[in-house]
Amino acid sequence: MPVRIISTPKKVTAVLTGEIDHHNSAVIREIIDQALRKQQPEMLVMDFGEVTFMDSSGVGLVMGRYRTAQNYGGKVEVANLSMQYYRVMKLSGIERLAKISIKEAVKK
Amino acid sequence: MRSKNKMRLVIESRSVNEGFARVAVAAFAAQLDPTVEELADIKTAVSEAVTNCIVHAYPSTVGIIYITGELTENGTVKIKVRDKGCGIVDVKQAMEPLFTTLGGERSGLGFAVMESFMDKVKVSSTVNKGTSVTMTKIIAPR
Repeated sequence: MPVRIISTPKKVTAVLTGEIDHHNSAVIREIIDQALRKQQPEMLVMDFGEVTFMDSSGVGLVMGRYRTAQNYGGKVEVANLSMQYYRVMKLSGIERLAKISIKEAVKK
Repeated sequence: MRSKNKMRLVIESRSVNEGFARVAVAAFAAQLDPTVEELADIKTAVSEAVTNCIVHAYPSTVGIIYITGELTENGTVKIKVRDKGCGIVDVKQAMEPLFTTLGGERSGLGFAVMESFMDKVKVSSTVNKGTSVTMTKIIAPR
């Protein structure tokens, strides 16, 4: 499974695992959207801590979920990015829409 | 600069090959003893270029993607990703960050990522003939 969903009443955490590219992102999108439809949580946290590769498809994945969450008034947070994924996210300016943070271990 | 090694890789434009292409190119570039970060940069750039071929160059058919790699004596890696697909009408516009013809889940960042992670990116394209992306990265001596 490329993503684990952890649900609490107000928050859904999607722990992404493995490689995120155009090929893999369709399945991840489907699983997260299913959880969003079911629960419409106030907060969706997308956790990149177990991701081993990410290209700009990861940004598309966040942007798409941001739009879905916005439709019902929810918020999105992006957590545990590596420096590499953080650079890709920053190119998009997504930090203006969703809070993004780097993995504690890579902060110096 | 004198060439140290060359490789050619020919793949079908199936999305499952995105992972194969970036890992194969990274394994080739590893001969220059890059850092983990430099290798990740190359993998990411290749993934973007190959994804472009799959989603844009051959949107409704399976075409062929031609990848060549060259390592030079002075420590540069040059990667060319070429297709014989539909071509790009306006290359300058296509390379603008966030520009996308597809919308939805595509971020429009492909070329921006390539330019940010590689030292040089050159794109040439002819409509209905295909597109060629040449990317160069200097691997810092250690």
